[in-house]
Amino acid sequence: MASVSLESVSKNFGTHTVIQGVDLEINDGEFVVFVGPSGCGKSTLLRIVAGLVAASKGAVKIGGDDVTDVPASKRGVAFVFQSYALYPHMSVARNIGFALETLGMAKDAISQKVSTVARMLKVDHLMERRPRELSGGQRQRVAIGRALVRQPEIFLFDEPLSNLDSDLRMEMRMEIAKLHDVLKTTMIYVTHDQSEAMTLADRIVVLNHGRIEQVGTPQQLYHTPDNRFVAGFIGSPRMNFLAVSPQTGANAGRIAGPGNLSMAMVASNPTGPIAEIGVRPEGLRLVSEADGRIACTLERVEDLGHEHFGYCRITEDTVWVVRLASAPSSDQIGKTVGLDFADSAVFAFAGDGKRVLLKGTPQANAEAREP
Amino acid sequence: MSAKLARRDHRAAWLFLLPVVAVILLVAVWPLSRTFFFSFTDAYLDDPSVYSMVGFDNFIEVINDHSWWVAVKNTLVFTVISVAIETTLGLAIALLLNEMIPGRGLARAAILVPWAIPVVVATKIWEWMLNDQFGVINKILSGLGVVDHGIAWTASSSLIMGVVIFIDVWMTTPFMVLLILAGLQLISPEIFEAAEVDGIPAWKRFWSITLPMLRPAIGVAVLFRVLDALRMFDLSYVLAASNENVMTVSIYARDRLISFQELGIGSAASTWVFLLVAFVAIIIIGALRLDRAAGT
Amino acid sequence: MANAIAQKTIAQTSRRKPASFYRMRRRVVRGLQIFALILVLIYTLFPYYWAFVSSTKQGAALYRSALMPALDFTYYRQLIDNPVFMGSLLNSAYVAISTTLLSLIIGLSAAYALGRIEFPQRRAVLMVVLMISIFPQVVVLSGMFELINWLGLFNRPSALILTYLLSTVPFTTWILTTFIREFPRELEEAAIIDGCSHFRILMKILLPLMGPSLASTGILAFILAWNEFLFALTFTLTDENRTVPVAIGLIAGTSRYEYPFGQIMAASVTVTLPLIAVVLLFQRRIVAGLTAGAVKG
Repeated sequence: MASVSLESVSKNFGTHTVIQGVDLEINDGEFVVFVGPSGCGKSTLLRIVAGLVAASKGAVKIGGDDVTDVPASKRGVAFVFQSYALYPHMSVARNIGFALETLGMAKDAISQKVSTVARMLKVDHLMERRPRELSGGQRQRVAIGRALVRQPEIFLFDEPLSNLDSDLRMEMRMEIAKLHDVLKTTMIYVTHDQSEAMTLADRIVVLNHGRIEQVGTPQQLYHTPDNRFVAGFIGSPRMNFLAVSPQTGANAGRIAGPGNLSMAMVASNPTGPIAEIGVRPEGLRLVSEADGRIACTLERVEDLGHEHFGYCRITEDTVWVVRLASAPSSDQIGKTVGLDFADSAVFAFAGDGKRVLLKGTPQANAEAREP
Repeated sequence: MSAKLARRDHRAAWLFLLPVVAVILLVAVWPLSRTFFFSFTDAYLDDPSVYSMVGFDNFIEVINDHSWWVAVKNTLVFTVISVAIETTLGLAIALLLNEMIPGRGLARAAILVPWAIPVVVATKIWEWMLNDQFGVINKILSGLGVVDHGIAWTASSSLIMGVVIFIDVWMTTPFMVLLILAGLQLISPEIFEAAEVDGIPAWKRFWSITLPMLRPAIGVAVLFRVLDALRMFDLSYVLAASNENVMTVSIYARDRLISFQELGIGSAASTWVFLLVAFVAIIIIGALRLDRAAGT
Repeated sequence: MANAIAQKTIAQTSRRKPASFYRMRRRVVRGLQIFALILVLIYTLFPYYWAFVSSTKQGAALYRSALMPALDFTYYRQLIDNPVFMGSLLNSAYVAISTTLLSLIIGLSAAYALGRIEFPQRRAVLMVVLMISIFPQVVVLSGMFELINWLGLFNRPSALILTYLLSTVPFTTWILTTFIREFPRELEEAAIIDGCSHFRILMKILLPLMGPSLASTGILAFILAWNEFLFALTFTLTDENRTVPVAIGLIAGTSRYEYPFGQIMAASVTVTLPLIAVVLLFQRRIVAGLTAGAVKG
C-alpha cells in the first residue's frame, strides 16, 4: 500500500516559515499534483515527502508507516528532478541501472532490466552516451528511466517539464500520463503550470505561501473554487475580478460596481459581505452597451487564429478579458461596449477571499447537495 | 572584425604585455640562460669573469656525487609521502567542511591559519613544540605514559624526515582543502540528492560519484603540490641546514653554489634540478590531459 | 510492465528499521562530525596558540607546561629593543609592499591583454607564464647573482624586489587573467562602439570593477613576498638588510641549549599576527583568488 499522509507538517528555515501546518491524505495509486506560484512551498513539500528535507514539525507516513525520521534512501520513493540530476560521468545505461548495483543484482539481470526500461522510454539507442551528449528531452527520459527501474511505490516529480520546449512538454506530458495508466503507482507531481495540473491530475493540491488553499479534482477546482486565490489560479486565461459593494436600504440584496454594474446577489452561506465578483473569460459575451451588465471600452483584440480575446477596460486599473466567438470588426475598437454573462457564471468573494455561495444559483444548489 | 582592426588589436595586446614580457626576460629568461651557460664553465663565485669551458664535466661530477643522490632520494621521498598524506587528509577535511555542521564557518577560517604562517615561523614553532626536553608534545606523551622520556625528534636521523613531512603536511593541507572544497561545491547538490533517494549508501556515493567528479580538482591540486614539494628549500634548511637526512636537491644546489662558491658546479646542479622538475611536470600534465580527453 | 507491479519487493525489502534507529544514528553521526571538527580546529590552531602562550612566559616558567598564557610580555619588549628585528620588519614591509604594487600593475596590464583581447599567441603566452611559475628558484640563482652584482644591488633589500618579481608576476598575471575574464563582453562593446581605446576601457570601465579582485590578488602576492626565504637568505648578507623570515630563521643562541625559544616565539607571534588578521578578515577574497587560479585553469 503506497498511500501518503502528511499530518500537520510545517517547515521553517530559521525564522522564515515555508510550510505552515499542512494536512493531506493521498491514496494508493492516485496522481496528485501540487500546484502554486513560485515560492509557495510545493517543491519543499515534495522534498519532505521524499525525505530530502526534514520537516520541522509534523509527521510523514507512507503506507501507514511513520517515516518522518527515516532517511530518504530507505523510503522506497523515486524522485525526478527538474534539472534531471543525471550522473555526468556515467553512461546512460549506468545512470539508469546504478541503483540496482546497490541491491546486489547480477550484472545480466541489471542490464536486462535497464534495456527493458530504455526501450519503453525510447532511449535504447543512446545507452553508451554521456548525459552531456543528450538533448533535454532525452535527459528527462533517462531521469524517468532511472526512477522507473527501481519499481518504487511512489513516484515524485519536481517540475520535470519546466526546462523543455513547449511541444516537447506536450509530448512528455502524454508519456507521463500513459505511465501512470500502465503502472498505477502513486505519483506526486509538482508544477507551477496550472494546465499541466488540470490535464494530469486525479486530484490537485493548490498551495500558496506554504498553506493548502484547496484540494480537489480539476473539475471541482474549476467549477467550485473555495476562494479567490484558487479561482484566479486555475483556468487560463485567468478569471476576471471586479471590486463591488453590497447595497443597503431600498437596494438591499443587490451589489453595485464600476461600469454601471448593478445586479441582484444574495449570500446563502454566512461569510463577510461580498467584496469582489469574478467571471471567467469564457463566461462573458461582448454586446452593445445597452444590453450589457458592465459598461467598458474595448481597448484591444487579439486574434490567435482559432481563438479571439477582447480586452475591455472598465476602470483605470481593471481590464476584463473576454473570449470572443469570432473576430469583431475593427471599428469597434475604442468604442464603449457592454459585457454580459449568465447568473450562473459569476463567482462572489468576501473581503478575506473566501467564496460566497449565492442563493438561487445552480452552483449553490449543487454545493448544498454535497455532503 | 576587419583585418585592420584585428591587427590593431594585436598591437594593443602586445603593448599591454610589454611590462610582463620585460620582467620575464629580465628575471627569468636571462638568469636561467646564464645558469645554463655557467654549467658548462669552471667559474667560481669570487671571480666569475675568470673561467674556461669544461663541457659536460660539471654535470658528470654532480651525478657522481653521493650527496646528490641522497638529496634526490630525500626530495622524492618527501614529495611522494607529503603529497599523498596532504591529499588524503585534505579530501577528508574538505568532505567534513562540506557538511552542514555547526561551527564549520569557524573551521573554514581556522584552516587558513597554518597556510598564512611563513614557513620559517611554522618550522620554529614546531621545533619548539617538539623540543626533547621542554616541548609540549613530549610533555603530553610522557604525561599519557606513552614514553618515559622525551623523544629527540630532530636529533634522530630516522625521525627527522618524518618531522619535515609532518610540518609540511600541517602547513599545506589547508591549500588542498581549499582546492578540493571548491571542486566539491561545483557539484550540483541535486546529484547527491538523486543518489540518496535512489537508495545508494554513503560510501558508494563517495566512491562512485563524489570521487570521480572530483578528479579534475584533485588532479590540479596534486600537480601544484608536487611541483612545490620538489622545490622545497625553506623547511629543511631552517630545521636542520646541514643535516644530510633532510637535504633536498634545492639545498644541495645552493650549497654547491654559495657554500662552496662553485659557480660552475652549482649551476650544473641547478640545471639538473630544473630538468627533474620539468620532467615530472610534463608527466603529470600529460596524465591530466589524458584524463580529461578520456572524458570524465 | 504490468507484471512489474507484482515485484514490489525491491522497494519494500530495502526498508526499514524503526524510526528510532534512524534518529539515534543521525545523532551519533552528527556527534562524530562535530568531534572531528573540533579535532581539526585543535590541529590547526593549537600550535599558534602555544607559540603565543610560550612567548608570554618568562624564564623558568617557559619550561613548565601550563596551558594558559602567563601574560608576561618581556620577550616582546626585548624584541622592540632589538634593532635587527625591528629593522627586518621595515625591510620586509618595504620589499613586500613594493613587490606587490609592481606585480599588480604589471599583472593587470598583462591580464587585460590575455583576458580581453583576442590575439593568436594568447594561449602560448599563458602557457609560458604558467611555466615560469613552476621554476625552481634555485635554477636562477647563478644568473641572478650575476645580475644583482652588476646592478650593484647586492646586500640591499631592493635586490629582493627584483628577484621576487619572478614568483609574484606570473602569479598575479594568472589570477588576474582568470578574474578579468569573468566580466561579460557587453561591458566593453558599448565602449568600443563609442570609439574608446583599450587603455580607456581598462582604466575607466574594468579597473573600477576590479577592486575585490585586486585586493585578493594583492593580499596573496603580499603573503608570497613576505614569506619568501631562499632569495632573502642568499642576497642579503648583513643583519641590517635582512628580512623577517631570515631574521627569525637565523636567531641562534650561543649553544644549542641556550636557544632563545621565548624570544623566537614572541617574534613568530608578532610577525604572523597581522598576516593572520588580514587573512581572517579577507578570507572569502583569498579563497576566491586561490581557487580561481586553480579550478578555472
